[in-house]
Amino acid sequence: MTEPVLELRDVNKSFGPIDVLHDINLTVKAGEVLCLLGDNGAGKSTLIKTLAGVHKPTSGQMFMDGKAVTFDKPKDAADRGIATVHQFGGTFPLMTIGRSFFVGVEPTRKIGPFKVFDRKTANETAVKAVQEFGITRIDDGDRLIGGLSGGERQSLAIARAVHFGARVLILDEPTAALGVKQASHVLRIVLEAKKRGIAVIFITHQVTHAMAVGDHFAVLIRGAVAANFMRGEKSREEITDLMAGGEALADLDTAMEGYMETHEGHPPQPASRATVA
Amino acid sequence: MYNFVVGTILRRPEAGAALSLILVVLFFVLFGGVDIANMLGAASWVNFAANLGIVAIPVGLLMIAGELDISIGAMIPAGSMTISILSGHYELPILVGMAGALGLGVIVGLINGLLTVRTSVPSLIITLATLVAMQGIVLSASVLLTGKASVPLAAPEWTKAIFGQLIGGSYQIIILWWLAFVVVAWAVVHHSRFGNWLFAMGGDKESARNPGIPTTKMAIWLFILSAVSASFVGMCGAILFNSAQVSGGMNYIFNAIVSVVVGGVLLTGGFGSIIGIFFGTLTFAVVNQGIYFTDIDRNWSSLIIGVMLLLAVLMNNSFRNLAMTYSPRKPAVKAAVTNPSKA
Repeated sequence: MTEPVLELRDVNKSFGPIDVLHDINLTVKAGEVLCLLGDNGAGKSTLIKTLAGVHKPTSGQMFMDGKAVTFDKPKDAADRGIATVHQFGGTFPLMTIGRSFFVGVEPTRKIGPFKVFDRKTANETAVKAVQEFGITRIDDGDRLIGGLSGGERQSLAIARAVHFGARVLILDEPTAALGVKQASHVLRIVLEAKKRGIAVIFITHQVTHAMAVGDHFAVLIRGAVAANFMRGEKSREEITDLMAGGEALADLDTAMEGYMETHEGHPPQPASRATVA
Repeated sequence: MYNFVVGTILRRPEAGAALSLILVVLFFVLFGGVDIANMLGAASWVNFAANLGIVAIPVGLLMIAGELDISIGAMIPAGSMTISILSGHYELPILVGMAGALGLGVIVGLINGLLTVRTSVPSLIITLATLVAMQGIVLSASVLLTGKASVPLAAPEWTKAIFGQLIGGSYQIIILWWLAFVVVAWAVVHHSRFGNWLFAMGGDKESARNPGIPTTKMAIWLFILSAVSASFVGMCGAILFNSAQVSGGMNYIFNAIVSVVVGGVLLTGGFGSIIGIFFGTLTFAVVNQGIYFTDIDRNWSSLIIGVMLLLAVLMNNSFRNLAMTYSPRKPAVKAAVTNPSKA
């Protein structure tokens, strides 16, 4: 149980001369939610693409259950149980729930010599899978994905990944485009997936959402892990500070204070007004 | 229950096409003074629909998959010229001529497909290039080899019976080929795994590739299918009419695209149906040929087609939005919470 499902050791990734990831060391255990925090451009997407087999690390190694693994293509990662759910969940808005649930692994039944797509089984399985996650409003597998709300789509995509035996679930900003209520649905589903013993990697820049579900947090800054801590070790303010690049914000603070001291407590004028004066 | 039935029918991709067909026939009956039994029984529009339909189906499949093939415009005369030059001018066995015509389709389809999957150039541009190139090849090859732009062909009886017969004196046998093609395509697209891959591929190529769908292989096969279908139509024409011309075929490009779009296929891929393409083709044929049975001047037919295309696309759009938001159990609640994303 204590052995991590997925482990990265000194992973580096560079595109030509540009280093995107520096010496990333991360572990995630079964039934644990690892929150990956970071500002835009911190390397979050490169990291998850590396985990999902889209990119190959330039150096360093990945381990699953303690054994070294390399992924040549996304399918290799998927076959080992690493599933990625993207921001908008279902990517086929014009396909039905049943059909998109089984893209690539369609159930078939035999009619004479022909293998026929089994729509009934596909729809029933898809609806059942998503209802087990508590989304009871999805009850007709013939509905189009495009007709679902953002939260429902995310839930469906997560339910799909779990149904197909995901062991590591990578959620790429699942709550970014959602309202408060929808986001809480998705967070509840993240907890449900965790309860089932799945290792969840939850990428977000919303600290509130991360703190609601996370067991383990890692903050990425300019492609390096700037902080790696467990639940309860840091406060929300500390995390926010870290994400914004801590020092930079502190520098800005002292600069402001210094200016106000020498200017009788006035903050700096906006540039346009300053030139007029 | 009534609401359920109407909703289920309207959210199907072919709803718009079926409605267009009814509207066009109604229009002809009401304003054209057409004798409906006389028009529907006529061979001219059915023959027209069959020739067009055999090309429209693969064009529609490509469109569902997110690609486009306009080189069909050159492949129809290419197919008829190949069989006529080989079996007519050089008097080779008809099977050689047929193999040549269909084989040329395979080659051009392969070129279109390989170029599309290997480069990032849109398939519209690639097939535009092969369209123009094939026109040049057909014309120069014909003049170089035979010295003429029109080549006679005397096909043996058995080939005429299979590919170029007139049933009942006026119905081309290609109608049966078309209907068979529709049935096979319908079964494959809507009731096989391949069909699901096709829609996934047109919906989002990247997401379709990740679970292991062979999108490049499928694209190449679809291009081959469309080029072969076009040269098949040309081949049947040559066998039926005992000759082939280098010109002609260009009309098929727009006719096929109009039929497919009227049939409810989304130009950007991921949505459509074979039954819709079938109705779209019928509708187009009725407007194009049925107008001879009306009091309306023939010159108006293009206007009617233009208006019909616009109406059908608008209808298809609203039906698609309906399909997105439609839930048969509790439609009122769903309509309020869902946000139909732009298609």
